[in-house]
Amino acid sequence: MTKVRSDYIRPVDFKNGRVDMTHGGGGRAMAQLIEELFARAFANEWLAQGNDNALFSVPGGRMVMATDSHVVSPLEFPGGDIGCLAVHGTINDVAMSGAHPLYLAAGFILEEGFPLASLKRIVESMAAAARDAGVPIVTGDTKVVEQGKGDGVFITTTGIGVVPPGVEISGDRARPGDAVLVSGTIGDHGVAIMSLRENLTFETTIRSDTAALHGLVASMVASVPTIRCLRDPTRGGLGTTLNEFARQSGVGMLIHEAKIPVRAEVSAACEFLGLDPLYVANEGKLIAICSPEDAPRLLDTMRAHPQGTDAAIIGEVVADSHCFVQMETSFGGRRVVDWLTGEQLPRIC
Amino acid sequence: MKYIDEFRDGDVARGIAARIRAEAQPERRYSLMEFCGGHTHAISRYGIKDLLPPNVEMIHGPGCPVCVLPIGRIDNAIALGRDHGAIVCTYADTMRVPASDGLSLMKAKARGADIRMVYSAADAIRIAQENPAKPVVFFAIGFETTTPPTAIVIRQAKALGLTNFSVFCNHVLTPAAITHILESPEVRELGIVPLDGFIGPAHVSTVIGSQPYEYFAEEYQRPVVIAGFEPLDVMQAILMLVRQLNDGRAEVENEFTRAVTRQGNEKAKSLVAEVFELRPSFEWRGLGEVPYSALRIKPEYAEFDAERRFGITYRSVPDNKACECGAILRGVKKPVDCKLFGTVCTPENPMGSCMVSSEGACAAHYSYGRFKDIEVRAA
Repeated sequence: MTKVRSDYIRPVDFKNGRVDMTHGGGGRAMAQLIEELFARAFANEWLAQGNDNALFSVPGGRMVMATDSHVVSPLEFPGGDIGCLAVHGTINDVAMSGAHPLYLAAGFILEEGFPLASLKRIVESMAAAARDAGVPIVTGDTKVVEQGKGDGVFITTTGIGVVPPGVEISGDRARPGDAVLVSGTIGDHGVAIMSLRENLTFETTIRSDTAALHGLVASMVASVPTIRCLRDPTRGGLGTTLNEFARQSGVGMLIHEAKIPVRAEVSAACEFLGLDPLYVANEGKLIAICSPEDAPRLLDTMRAHPQGTDAAIIGEVVADSHCFVQMETSFGGRRVVDWLTGEQLPRIC
Repeated sequence: MKYIDEFRDGDVARGIAARIRAEAQPERRYSLMEFCGGHTHAISRYGIKDLLPPNVEMIHGPGCPVCVLPIGRIDNAIALGRDHGAIVCTYADTMRVPASDGLSLMKAKARGADIRMVYSAADAIRIAQENPAKPVVFFAIGFETTTPPTAIVIRQAKALGLTNFSVFCNHVLTPAAITHILESPEVRELGIVPLDGFIGPAHVSTVIGSQPYEYFAEEYQRPVVIAGFEPLDVMQAILMLVRQLNDGRAEVENEFTRAVTRQGNEKAKSLVAEVFELRPSFEWRGLGEVPYSALRIKPEYAEFDAERRFGITYRSVPDNKACECGAILRGVKKPVDCKLFGTVCTPENPMGSCMVSSEGACAAHYSYGRFKDIEVRAA
């Protein structure tokens, strides 16, 4: 008599398998994918409970919440992939309030036919990024769309955090006289992605700067609790973020081209692509605005942190009812740094 | 960045600026036209005007390839994608140029036409090879700089025996446009546009050489200084023009000797001559019909000519009545003279072509210089 082995289920084929419609169908195949991939990679007590939600207590105070969808193409690029980018992007959005990020949620939209091996690599990179950042992914969702209706994988992450008492960071708090600081070289992420794009392949040693910045933010807030504005200049780059601050705060800005840190390779790539590094995306940099008295201390704190070694004071906030961001060019003239027009590069993050 | 920073050095710029101030005679005005959009962009981006004395004035010329493309030609390109089911490949700025019926190539793409942005004509060939079942059209625009690469891909398509590839040719010629401006009544008879001298094209001149400009200098008695696109090139060219005007000279001088010779690039010129021939007339936005100012594909390469293959007929479409692009392209008006500038016409929603490309006079002024039009209070 043959014994039926009820305890054996053929594992998901992460070597040659592909995403199919059953992986999002709500049935056994979906449950298996979640168990063998997501729950195993993200492994934490909340996922282990197997609920459709995550239940946790939070410390008292003000909470902050942020969400970010990731559609980057290509999915894997020098210095990172869509997985770690999805973790870093949302942690940074939470952290830019001065908060300590606590938990993440992740939603996946997978395209039928996407190789499971690639999905596994991406999920594991995501898990590693969350682990390194100390911010667990506690709940999530998976959907599958027909071939041709997606582009491999799209990931949406949502994060929450708690803002320490006394910290008031907001884009509308810049005042004339304040100092404008940047945490390091600009344009690295955009150029790294661009170097791989179809029609555009060129060789570069530039890697994406994708990184979770909450550690840097924590030390900045500890050193200067009165920081007025913080933001990570992602899509639209430094130029666009400064314009956002200027409009929110009803002020102008004057920055100095010679003081803005840009890698020589990034300048070179921008030069031949006809781009302006001021508008190229970053994923591991932040812009800070603080009072002029606090600026030297904040700069020292940033430079002492491994993610801020190239930090610099690049300009100051000025009174201007038209909210123009102006730049003193290295050449000796002055010009507007306007909002980015159109789209410099689609699907950068 | 080596070979770049040397041409953007602020100290050298201040030195040249001091010489321009010292040599420009205070009692006279110097109205200089930079023909090329590349120069317009450099002047705005580096704030060169801030370094010039008030009596040295720069007038933006029509040398922005996207700006001079008339609406009718964009309509033709849209029709290729929409009505003929072709994959239309084009350079980026062309995507946003406003066409008829509130469309642009970008908007036609959103409505289902297969429009692809390419960085090089060679990419269009690759797309044609990858899509053998679909017609692929390269929407070729530009002055003499971009013409040789188009000639190369047409020859390449022939060598490869590509049957689904063709080129919608809109290449235009610089000397014809300069003549047209100098012959215009505003310059010749009315004196509305004081034009004392020209900064000659950089990249165009690497192909055609400095020799073609000798005619203007001689015939119209206007000095021409060919200059590179780096800001120091422009500053040096302005100084050279001031000196020529002070001396009463009208010569062709070459500031861009590191790239431009008198004869230009013979190989590129012969390639162009092999594939293209002159059109008897071509409509330019702003300038109207300009005789012998553009190229078309020779009959020997007819199979790669999208105009022949798809039976394209050209229909002239007037610009928006309030749009001053025409006058701006001729140097008669400045961007701020246009009622639409910065209000209904912005880089996000361009009404006219000068607001589209970063080389366009309106876009350059809007993006880099408009704070100078209004008083800004300092901190």
